Amino acid sequence: MKFLQDLFGSLKKKPVLLALVGFSFLVAVSAMAQTAAPAAAPAATPAPAAPAAPAISAGDTAWLLASSALVLLMTPGLAFFYAGMVRRKNVMATIMQSFFMICLISVQWVVFGYSWAFGDGNAWMGGMKWFMLDGMPDVSPLAPTVPHYAYMIFQAMFAIITPALICGAYAERVSFKGFVLFSLLWATFVYDPVCHWVWSPNGYFCALGALDFAGGTVVHMTAGYSALALALLLGTRKGYGKENMAPHNLTLVLLGASLLWFGWFGFNAGSACAANALSCNAFVTTNTATAMAAISWCVIELLHRGKATTLGAASGAVAGLVAITPACGFVNLSGSIWIGALVSVFCYLAIQVKLKMGYDDSLDAFGVHGVGGTFGAIATGLWAVKSVNGHDGLFAGNPAQLMIQVKTVLATMIFSFVMTVVLYFLVEKTIGLRVNQKDEELGLDLSQHGEEGYMI
Amino acid sequence: MKKVEAIIRPSALRAVLDGLKSVGYAGVTVAEVQGHGKQKGITESYRGQSVEGLLPKLILTAVVSDKHLNKVVDIIVKQARTGEIGDGKIFVSAVSNAIRIRTGEKGDKAI
Repeated sequence: MKFLQDLFGSLKKKPVLLALVGFSFLVAVSAMAQTAAPAAAPAATPAPAAPAAPAISAGDTAWLLASSALVLLMTPGLAFFYAGMVRRKNVMATIMQSFFMICLISVQWVVFGYSWAFGDGNAWMGGMKWFMLDGMPDVSPLAPTVPHYAYMIFQAMFAIITPALICGAYAERVSFKGFVLFSLLWATFVYDPVCHWVWSPNGYFCALGALDFAGGTVVHMTAGYSALALALLLGTRKGYGKENMAPHNLTLVLLGASLLWFGWFGFNAGSACAANALSCNAFVTTNTATAMAAISWCVIELLHRGKATTLGAASGAVAGLVAITPACGFVNLSGSIWIGALVSVFCYLAIQVKLKMGYDDSLDAFGVHGVGGTFGAIATGLWAVKSVNGHDGLFAGNPAQLMIQVKTVLATMIFSFVMTVVLYFLVEKTIGLRVNQKDEELGLDLSQHGEEGYMI
Repeated sequence: MKKVEAIIRPSALRAVLDGLKSVGYAGVTVAEVQGHGKQKGITESYRGQSVEGLLPKLILTAVVSDKHLNKVVDIIVKQARTGEIGDGKIFVSAVSNAIRIRTGEKGDKAI
């Protein structure tokens, strides 16, 4: 009895908690009120009379579902990649940000995010026609050989990891509730729109001919430029530049980087939405660019600092993964080698600039994802070849593609940055985003979650 | 010779070390510890089970000659004080001897 009294007492005292409980209740009710889950299109061919509709392919569906699981694994991978880089007192809070993001956006996506991003709407936004996934056509035109649910859940994993990337910019200084509210708003008002612009067939930049195979602009640039905005607005961590903020567990960082590399095959090769030559091209270019980028980063470190580090190798690999993301289904092997070799130069330089300028993009979310994604999107306009997927870039004699890429890059950059500034003030002025000094010093694990990561 | 043991906030370390260097005392030993004074610890929770946790602190030990004792204590206090509860404490005790292992020097010559 006392337990219930305590529960209701704390609900009344904390309106945010009440709002969350209310929201979950609404979702639960609407889930029950909805007619029985739409019979996900069975893997059967359409009626023979239907004109030229491609059959549902078991191979494509299997690969897309497996890819979805691979991409999901990238988020815990990111969790460890980031967590190993922060100080011990913030390890659990950092992991929690990624882990909880899976939970938060998994629900947001199926309730209204997918509809908002991929629904018909207009050139700039989807709509609410597929609220609770009601009334979705059997297949998406973007993945005609798999059941629509497969494409939807594949995209869910992208929607999940994108806001999680931003955590790298605000590591070690943001409250849990501020993080939850900001992430929910960001996913809805930044990710879903840009996703619509670039990937939905009637989206403005998609119709313009922008090429982004797996998310250079949609994922890495939106996250990267938002990360920059937040790093600038939140200010540096207390003691930045004076206190020791070295990674507390590099083994976790490498574990995370490896899980990212593994899962990224689902991210990139899965974006072919088919198990075919194109997905194989994406797989091979992904692996090669990543490997080249890691080698490149190590060489730069050797020349610059005298020693190649594991953190550098891991960072180079991630930079390569980021840069090849928009390009993997449009460039061939030699393009991927160039892209991998060059991205590390740009990202390494960006980090040196950050150190000189003194802003605290704690885990280089902008330096790696923002800069790497921008380079990759432009590189797609340079190295695309028709033989891979029907489009030529500048080096194959088609300068027009580069212009389209540049326009898309600029729009994404500006929109992400500006919207994040708006959302920052919205959250900071209401429930607060940055923690107070005492909580920051104590560490987020204890102050936000009442936990310690290691008992030893 | 006196041993100076200072329990300080982890965030004060850099300032204290810089301060010690500025008065000519670069030699210290630092360990991570947990504890609390009159100020209570932090309550941790693991699947509903509550644990009264201790607060992370650092213990900084330096052995100094008698004539430098006040200077060292003063600089530690100055650099580690924030005015908030939890700033820490310094304990001074007597040391009967000190030996430098590398050379065998004893007494004040060893510190």
